[in-house]
Amino acid sequence: MGIENSLSEGYLTTKVDTLVNWARSNAAWPMPMGLACCAIEMMSFAAPKYDSARFGSEVFRFSPRQSDLMIVAGWVNYKMSHAIRRIWDQMPDPKWCIAMGACASTGGMHRCYGVVQGCDNFLPVDAYVSGCPPRPDALIHALMKIQDKIRTEHSVKLDT
Amino acid sequence: MELELSETLQPVIDGLSENYPDKVIEVYQSSGDTFVRIEVDANIEICKYLKEEHHFIYLADILGADRFTSEERFEVIYNLVSLRDRQRLFVKVWLEEENPEVESLTSLWTSANWLERQTHDMFGVNFVNHPDLRRIYMPEDFEYYPLRKEFPLLGIPGSIELPSSTPDTE
Repeated sequence: MGIENSLSEGYLTTKVDTLVNWARSNAAWPMPMGLACCAIEMMSFAAPKYDSARFGSEVFRFSPRQSDLMIVAGWVNYKMSHAIRRIWDQMPDPKWCIAMGACASTGGMHRCYGVVQGCDNFLPVDAYVSGCPPRPDALIHALMKIQDKIRTEHSVKLDT
Repeated sequence: MELELSETLQPVIDGLSENYPDKVIEVYQSSGDTFVRIEVDANIEICKYLKEEHHFIYLADILGADRFTSEERFEVIYNLVSLRDRQRLFVKVWLEEENPEVESLTSLWTSANWLERQTHDMFGVNFVNHPDLRRIYMPEDFEYYPLRKEFPLLGIPGSIELPSSTPDTE
């Protein structure tokens, strides 16, 4: 049926990194940080038409303890930035972050005193998505970029 | 300019100029709305009159404006609505730049509480006898008034704290 058919003697050789990265990259559970209209596109990204389940990211976890990938969808004001950073700190390592849309990436059209001009001012962002709001395809592209990034990480080496 | 007042608004303006000839400074119309500018010290008196005699029972909004003039720089605008007569009336007062101060309307409309806090937060207008005049949007230790003209669009760098990028250690 599955993998055991291709293993005649019942074992395979691989690197731990490869195995771990394969598992991690195909199960990046998002933490939805839906702050504005981008969140609607983010929902569409998870819904059947665009179907992020194909990439193993369909499980939106509303608990930071269970998620690996924060999608900041929308503009971030100074008051909210503290809550976002707190949730980010509560997510277990390893974790990744997507700044979705113009507002989360740069402040976008909210060029004013109350809005943080890009969530990379207080978060380590891995992927930026352009658009206002971006199409779900663009978010899927960002997710694929994150997957590529996960696959090239050296988790075992990093831990020592 | 000739005023084109509706049947229900005409008695309001007439009543104002009859009862408060010294307090009403000007009456004018713009974009289909009627504006009454009054003396600062008469705002409670006149609003009470409008509420009780002309059924302007709904205080829809209080706004501030920075006219950026050397004299009487700030403006506070009361947006009054009469639900019975379907009329809207804007009452304005002009305030000095140094210590802009006006009596609070919370004794007439409870809704004035937060609206005045907002105007206080954005323009630094001091509402006398307000029960709880704290900032409503900005952090309490914020030192500036963001909607004043001299305040830069993007704010003062470092005036609002961003979260620390090192996790809490507890």
